[in-house]
Amino acid sequence: MSLRSPLAAVLGRGAAGEGAAHWWAQRASALALVPLTLWFLLSLTRLPLDDYAAVTLWMANGTNPLWLALLLVALCFHSRLGVQVVIEDYVHSGALKFAALLLNSAAHLLLAGTGLYAVLRIALRGLT
Amino acid sequence: MAIGNTRAAALISEAREDPPGRERPLSPPGRERPLSPHLSVYRFMYTMVLSILHRFTGVVLAVGLCALVYWLMSAAAGESAYGQAAWLFRGWPIRLLLLAWLASYCFHFLNGLRHLAWDAGLGLERAQARRSGTVVVVLAVVGFVLAAWALFGSRGGGP
Repeated sequence: MSLRSPLAAVLGRGAAGEGAAHWWAQRASALALVPLTLWFLLSLTRLPLDDYAAVTLWMANGTNPLWLALLLVALCFHSRLGVQVVIEDYVHSGALKFAALLLNSAAHLLLAGTGLYAVLRIALRGLT
Repeated sequence: MAIGNTRAAALISEAREDPPGRERPLSPPGRERPLSPHLSVYRFMYTMVLSILHRFTGVVLAVGLCALVYWLMSAAAGESAYGQAAWLFRGWPIRLLLLAWLASYCFHFLNGLRHLAWDAGLGLERAQARRSGTVVVVLAVVGFVLAAWALFGSRGGGP
């Protein structure tokens, strides 16, 4: 039998035993994505997307690489949190759930890393 | 008085302990408990569809991340790789996917704003929530039409 008081066992923990951190992270990343995604889509409508030179010039231009990097990080973070909740709700078997959650995190980390690498390569091309 | 106290104590301990041979109504640890979401217990409302669509479009957009990263990687890899990606994105199958992603984005974005407003404590009244749901659907349809026009519009060449 545990000697912890019921209060100590429950303090800072929500129904998921995790607290409100996940909830806040999802809302905060959603807020960040409002301007970032609007900026990205509006930029796309103004770009001649078939023109390699014009597109890479835009990607490397000014602060665009910074916004692209932030967009990627926020997107992958928000997406990982969202898909995580979907998995937790619909996958009930313990081992399968664990594997799915691990795969979800790994896939989003890979996407973020790959995207950041691409943006960096394009942005730094002019310097080499 | 003493007799009354022991009786009360006996009643309390009886209430605390499980009656033999009967399951407690609240599930003890280890038993199968109902997990969220249990959708079948609610009367159908169209706002439910919006809630389900929010999840669905979110998952669709998560898959769309792969396309975004592929596009960026192709641009980083060089002109021929980018040309190949642009050719792929121009094709009908991928362009339909792009339309699905843009439409999903419109809905998820607008309904996400609705969720953020709720989280701030705004618009939680039933009538308000239904009205904002209608507004989201109407605006999302407008966004869908705009996206379709941009992707399949008069220019013909696509993005």
